[in-house]
Parts: sequence; C-alpha cells; structure tokens
Amino acid sequence: MAETIVKEQVKDKEPLFGKKERQLLSDPLNDNNPITVQVLGICSALAVTSLVYPSLVMAVAVVFVTAFSALFTSLLRNYIPKQVRLIVQLVIIATLVTVVELTLKYLNYPVYKQLSVYIGLIITNCIVMGRLEAFSMANKPWRSFLDGLGNGVGYGVILVMVAIIREIFGKGTLFAGSPIELALIGPSADYFINTTTNTWFSWYSNNNLMVLPAAAMFIIGVMIWIQRSYNTKLVDVS
Amino acid sequence: MNNNRYVLTFILIMTATVAVLLTGLREATKARADRNEDIFNKRAILSAIATKLDEPVKSMTDDQVVQIFQDDMEQLVLDMEGNVLEDIAAEEIDMAVERKKPESNRKLPLYIYKANGNNTYILSVRGNGLWDEIWGNIALESDLNTIAGAAFDHKGETPGLGAEIKDNPKFSQQFSGKKIYANSEFVSIDVVKGGAKADNQHAVDGISGATVTADGVAEMLYRGIKYYEPYLSQLQQSSMVLPAEQ
Repeated sequence: MAETIVKEQVKDKEPLFGKKERQLLSDPLNDNNPITVQVLGICSALAVTSLVYPSLVMAVAVVFVTAFSALFTSLLRNYIPKQVRLIVQLVIIATLVTVVELTLKYLNYPVYKQLSVYIGLIITNCIVMGRLEAFSMANKPWRSFLDGLGNGVGYGVILVMVAIIREIFGKGTLFAGSPIELALIGPSADYFINTTTNTWFSWYSNNNLMVLPAAAMFIIGVMIWIQRSYNTKLVDVS
Repeated sequence: MNNNRYVLTFILIMTATVAVLLTGLREATKARADRNEDIFNKRAILSAIATKLDEPVKSMTDDQVVQIFQDDMEQLVLDMEGNVLEDIAAEEIDMAVERKKPESNRKLPLYIYKANGNNTYILSVRGNGLWDEIWGNIALESDLNTIAGAAFDHKGETPGLGAEIKDNPKFSQQFSGKKIYANSEFVSIDVVKGGAKADNQHAVDGISGATVTADGVAEMLYRGIKYYEPYLSQLQQSSMVLPAEQ
C-alpha cells in the first residue's frame, strides 16, 4: 500500500523538462509551426519582414506576449467565468501588448515608429489567442508557459528567416537600423560586395520585388514546400 | 460560480488591476518616451538640412541633436497671413492637428537654421499619399528659392513602392538645387512620372509603381509651400531693401 501511494505522488509531480515539456517547446518549431503548418499570423509575417532588425524586435515581442499571456491565462483558468473567457483572454493579451508598446517607446523609439501598427496588431494575431483557447485554458501554468514560448519562437524563427532573405536580396544590407548595421551588396565602396567593381557580382542589383510584401508570401511558400519535402508526415493524404 | 454577480466582480477587479498597472508603467516611462519622441522629430527636421551639417544625422548622439537645436536653430510659428506669432515655438505645432483645422486658422512651423552667417529655412508640409498621410520637411537656401534638402516620411505607404519616398535617399536627394520660383512666379516642384528632364529646375523623377504617392508628394509640396508664401515674400522684400543681410 505504502509503495503505491509513493508512486502516485511521483506520477503527480510533473518534471520541469520531461519529455512532454520538451515536446511542447519543439513541436511548434517544426511539426506544428504556427506559420508554415497552421498558417496563422501571416499578416504580420508578410508586413514586417522587409528588414531583419524590426522583425527580430517583433519576434521578441510576440514571444513575450504568447508566453506570458499563456502563463497568466493558465493561472486564472479556474477562476475565469466561462461566458466571458474570450474577453478575459483578450484583456490579458492587450495588457501585455501595451506593456510591449510602452517598453519599446522607452527603449527604442525609431523601431517603435517603424513597426507602428503591427505591435498593436499582435493582439489580433491568431497564434496568441488560439493557444490560449486551445491549451492554456486546460493546462497547468508551467506547461502553458512552455507552449506559449514554443509557439512564439516558432513564429519568430520564420519571421527572422524570411527577413534575412528579403533584406539581403532586396536592400543588400543586414540588420539595417540597428547598432550593427552591415552593408552587404551595393554600389558604394562601403558595401561588402561592391557590385560596380566586383567582377563576380557585377551582374547583380538589388531586387525590388523582395522589398514588396508579395515576396514574403513566395518565400514562406517555398519554406512550406521545403519543410514538407523532408517532413513527409505533414503532407495531407487526400 | 458563474452567476452574473461573480462575472461582474471578476471583470471589475480585472479591469481595475490592469488599469492601475498600465497607468503606473506609462507614468514611469513617460519622461524618457517623450524625450525619445522629441529627438525623433528633431532628427527628421535635421535630415532636411543634412548637407549643411558636419555629421550624418544618423550617427549623431541625442545630445548633439539637442545642442544644434539650442545653438543654431530659430523656431517661428506663422499664421496663414505670414505674421509671426508670439510665445510659441515651432516644435509645439503638430502638423497632423493643424491639417484638420480650416485652412485660414492653421499655424505653420518654421525652423531657421543659422550657421556660418547663412540662414536655411525649413518648411513643414503634409498631405495625402496612397494609403495614408505623408509629410516632409523642405529646406530652402537663404535666397528662398533654391531647395537645400528635403526629407519625407509616411504613415502607411507600400514598402518598396510609395515608402521609397522615405527609404530611398536617392528620391529626396533629387530635390537639392531645384528652384520653387520660375521668373518670380511660384511653381513648386513637380514629381514627374517617367522621369523629369535633366535641365528641368522645377521637377524630379517619380517612382515606378508609386504614381499616387508621387502625385501626393507634388500636391503636398505645391500646397504646403504656398502656405508659407506670404511670409517668404515679406522676407524677400526686406532682404531686397537691405541686401547687406544676405
């Protein structure tokens, strides 16, 4: 008898980083990526990814909002009245987004200006509310936090990847606007690859299509294609 | 537990908590956030006179920006008749607010950059692009005719197309050296689709795929600079009487 009770207690205790927890973090990075598999949060992914630095800031902001809104929703999940649960979730998200906005105004005003409405639009990002409704309302705080963190990072990674491609080929720079701005492909002597004197790259000029939001759609499309070609279980059998 | 009383209490407590929290955070960050905004706006004005400054506006520290405004910048506010208004600095004028007023009631900010005995006049203009508002600062040389520099910004133009008025320095650089008067008649600067002729003193090239934004820039410049005309012609007349001031 005594033995079984001890066993049950052990079972009840969830490890900090057990198999399930690791899966919560890694799933959204690949098998269940919010952008390439669930196709959520596309609006901001198309709009803010023309430069890496703002995308990075956006990614960090979304990770913060998904992780902590999941944590707070989960902490309150037994107290939130069912009739108004969506409104409560929305208030939690909106509060965190406002915190992000105020912090950004305080720390880096030019980036705040650059991201403009898209910081506010994190509130409507389907990833955030989707995870709260599907996961946090029914799970314990630590797991919800990890789930939110994983989904935020899964979104952010794609955002930054798209932005790297778009900025290099569209503007010929990397991290423009940040303290470590790199000038990569361009006509002036300061550029890493000087297209006017460099014989190998003289044929190249910056591709304006990459700056347009449409380019992000193509890039995300190609990413989905690449991901599905090695991760065959994602391919719909129909 | 899900009766109305519980729901109401829950919502009330939640709203109050959130309100207190956010108000506190806003108050704690307000001073520096406002300073950041102020310096952001000052940099925008300085980028119109980039050619007159020793250092690129981008690499200036915040203190340097404030220093220039303190030492070399005179700020005036004009009414639509060209009179200088007392007790108000150009920085206090919000162009977005002014634009909503009836034309005759508007106030115009004017920055005068005074360095090396030469005055550069910076005019603020605001108009409509394709999706939303666009605005800019135009710097005039002391002859009040030649453009010394221009810088534009926008709220929501398309990246890669309309947004090039801000992102592509080549667009704003075209304005330097152009003239707003032709035979002492105000003509402003046109933005020409398909490219302006090289010898045209009153036009610059447009941006492919951004005709509406470019037309917006041209319209904004014409209307916006014209607002300043009463004051500019006063200045011109007084400088003709006193040529030594030039």
